[in-house]
Amino acid sequence: MTQLDDRIEPHSPLPEGVSAQVETTHDVRVTTPAKICGVGHAMKRKEDPRFIQGKGRYIDDIKLPGMLYMDIVRSPYAHAKIKKIDASEALAMDGVVAVITGEDLKAAGDLHWMPTLMSDTQMVLPIEKVVYYAQEICVVVATERYIAADAIEKVVVDYEPLEVVIDPHLAMEDKVIVRDDKEKKTNHIWHWEAGDKEATDKVFAEAAHVVEQSMHIPRIHVVSIETCGMVANYNKATEHMQMYMTSQAPHAHRTIFAMVSGLPEHKIQIISPDIGGGFGGKVPIYPGYVCCVVASLTLGKPVKWIEDRSENLQADSFARDYHIEAEMAADHDGKITGLRVKTLADCGAADAAANPSKFPAGMYSICTGSYDMKAAHIAVDGVYTNKPPGGVAYRCSFRVTEAVHMVERLTDIMAHKLGEDPADFRLKNFIRPDQFPYKSPTGWDYDSGNYQAALEKAMELIDYPSLRKEQAEKRKRGELMGIGISSFTEVVGAGPSRDFDILGLKMFDSAEIRIHPTGKAMARFGTKSQGQGHETTYAQIIAEELGLPAEDIQIEEGDTDTAPYGLGTYASRSTPTAGAAGVMAARKIKAKAKKIAAHLLEVGEDDLEWNVDKFQVKGSPDQAKTIQEIAFAAYTNHPPGMQAGLEATDYYDPPNLTFPFGSYICVVDIDSGTGEVHVRRFVAVDDCGNIINPLIVEGQIQGGLTQGLAPALFEEIVYDENGQNLTGTLADYLVPTAVETPKWELGRTITPSPHHPLGAKGVGESATVGAPPAIVNAVVDAMWHLGVRHVEIPMTPQRIWALLREHGVAD
Amino acid sequence: MSRHTVNVTVNGEVVSEEVEARMLLVHFIREVLDLTGTHIGCDTSNCGACTVLLNGRAVKSCTIFAAQVDGGTIETIEALAVDGKLHPLQEGFWEKHGLQCGYCTPGMIMSAKHLLDKNPNPTEEEIRWGISGNLCRCTGYNKIVEAIQYAAEKIEQGDSAEEVSA
Repeated sequence: MTQLDDRIEPHSPLPEGVSAQVETTHDVRVTTPAKICGVGHAMKRKEDPRFIQGKGRYIDDIKLPGMLYMDIVRSPYAHAKIKKIDASEALAMDGVVAVITGEDLKAAGDLHWMPTLMSDTQMVLPIEKVVYYAQEICVVVATERYIAADAIEKVVVDYEPLEVVIDPHLAMEDKVIVRDDKEKKTNHIWHWEAGDKEATDKVFAEAAHVVEQSMHIPRIHVVSIETCGMVANYNKATEHMQMYMTSQAPHAHRTIFAMVSGLPEHKIQIISPDIGGGFGGKVPIYPGYVCCVVASLTLGKPVKWIEDRSENLQADSFARDYHIEAEMAADHDGKITGLRVKTLADCGAADAAANPSKFPAGMYSICTGSYDMKAAHIAVDGVYTNKPPGGVAYRCSFRVTEAVHMVERLTDIMAHKLGEDPADFRLKNFIRPDQFPYKSPTGWDYDSGNYQAALEKAMELIDYPSLRKEQAEKRKRGELMGIGISSFTEVVGAGPSRDFDILGLKMFDSAEIRIHPTGKAMARFGTKSQGQGHETTYAQIIAEELGLPAEDIQIEEGDTDTAPYGLGTYASRSTPTAGAAGVMAARKIKAKAKKIAAHLLEVGEDDLEWNVDKFQVKGSPDQAKTIQEIAFAAYTNHPPGMQAGLEATDYYDPPNLTFPFGSYICVVDIDSGTGEVHVRRFVAVDDCGNIINPLIVEGQIQGGLTQGLAPALFEEIVYDENGQNLTGTLADYLVPTAVETPKWELGRTITPSPHHPLGAKGVGESATVGAPPAIVNAVVDAMWHLGVRHVEIPMTPQRIWALLREHGVAD
Repeated sequence: MSRHTVNVTVNGEVVSEEVEARMLLVHFIREVLDLTGTHIGCDTSNCGACTVLLNGRAVKSCTIFAAQVDGGTIETIEALAVDGKLHPLQEGFWEKHGLQCGYCTPGMIMSAKHLLDKNPNPTEEEIRWGISGNLCRCTGYNKIVEAIQYAAEKIEQGDSAEEVSA
């Protein structure tokens, strides 16, 4: 009996040394005609017609019969004892159905606490005390949205304010304990190290040059334009819990809900509908979701919860907030030899980051970046403060942005200190193409790279020598112009199961393809698009492999009842993991299709060859069966002894991570009167390996660049000394508009990943990771001659103006 | 809370509904009329996801009470395509990849429509200022600007073609 082989197949890495054979090119590879629209075509997105006509279906568009609305009472204090919650007035209001407090959750089976994705604990609703401003206190459920909003005003909470600790350095002194629920009365959560300390200390002892710099990568917020929300719909008769949820990882969330609530997993269905932007903010499970589920469970009715923007900005997971002290060593020839880093990670009131279990500081240890050096050592300490918990991405793969910011700043400072041009200095210190696969001093196995090619391309596109000339002339006239470079290395595609899991769930991903008799297909994936264009790119991947037109392939994600299990979309992992699963599933189908074609053509399998969309007889191409003919036969005329149908599933466990990279050059002019930074030009050369859809890749890079510009110049979550959030609306938290956003100039090199089945690497976050230090380096470059060595982000006019004044320039 | 009758023309249809005085126009559009293409992204009139045309002008529908539009005319994203034919702006956004998650898109398109209705040949800078009341977190705006330029050209070509045939 011939069966489709669906057994576990190890996806083993290619033999060592194979990366050296990877060539860098500039042109996108296209092998299929336009009617098929396989990999490399700039296909218009298949998902767009519904969005441009207002027919997307987002969480707040879900309306179920008898639906109730939930709203949340939040704490006005960052640290306070709860003495009493009096909801009687709210409960007496017409239309108010229920109020749920921490005590109620406790009674429902200790649901007042929940695990975070980092195996820490977090309050769902507090009983004893609150630990951050805007923390959820209790929820009100009402028949109408407006009544619920009225009712939360009527809940009277008696607080006893406690001393607050906001500064993570002060928190380390343990004078105010944030989490006195813990056995150990300390704010220190964890200490984590990577690299070789002894070897690093030796390199520094022997160094000819050492530079050091402290910096803060401030707390920021993803601000997806859609906030978070849920419609929980529990059916008491069938005991089925259906949750519409703004979820970047619906399968993992289903399992976590099952484990925490005790609801059997087969009775839980999570549907992640169209998502209005994620960027990491929709990876965690927030207390609001849990309360919404409990409300529906208790009341047996659908309950909707939609966050407003202030709640989203004030209580949802933040990103960054790393306080870094870094040193870089170099020898007499100006060759970087080592990096030594200490970092304090402000986690807020719980370690609720979304890092893989083994990596409390994510992939921060990638911080040796694009440079070959002998040794590096990184030590990170996590600490609690009275701020909302979090540590999610903001369009970044697990703390890579912090790492890149630090190493690119240090590299620039070293170049300037040695009097070398920052471009020449980088070219001299890059890992060379022949060194791949490259083992970094902190243990990462870079798959492929050609950093010289990317930087040289960027320099050519921007005409680097002319810019330096212009800068020298302007400097004579007292004008402040700066040129900044960032040559980043990303690390994405988490990840290989040996190292990567979230709460024990291995970070594979999946695809299931079904070819229908008439030659159309349905494919489902374990990931979940939030704007990345999966419905198009995945269709193109399958089109490439099977020769079916991408138009004929329907892609579905986000419904846990139908899609195969996967870990979701974040950390630029969709193409490296689920995209690869799509390829492997398609190849299983192709293997069966070949057997069917051989049967139909009455030849041996060995006599057949693949040609775009059909199997043809070698030497006799007229004798052929298209994939559509084969699909029809799979249901109408399948070979004796073979199972009918044409479907396959693959769970792809990547052999390694992928390492996209790029070089960015930024030109700024600074107004010495106002301190305003004007980004005049920005050239971005990205290398994300083979490109599936150049249009979508460009879109991802441009969006990423804008989310790199934002923290560099505008965005920061600010707290006062009482822990009050001073940036809790979009009038205070400044998201760039079209006016502040420069015209991005893109270029590319293509250095395929040697282990991904399509040679692709992932691209969603590269630009957000790479852009900020290019802008900072440009600003510092503009003022280096004045004695400025570093500028913290966001580089607001106030901050720049103060620096200029300090150095005797501003009026 | 007092209640008011609102008579309003929405996407060409006359609607008459009684609403609470405090009901926001965006909730009227989304919840009462079930036109969910208009979105909500903030509560401070910053993001522009709720932008619709009121009497031909782009307004943020989260900043207006439903009762205030009595006697007015409203146009939302749902009215843009006519007889299954996309409006040039919709075509432009699709053609130029002017959207990713799609959440800001309806508001962005309505702001762009107001801009092009007023100024059929805007410069790039005028386009950027024209959509500066609309936030997009995915695209970085460059492709949205291209989409609006595409639409402006398309509308101009369409107009001149009509003139020729007339």
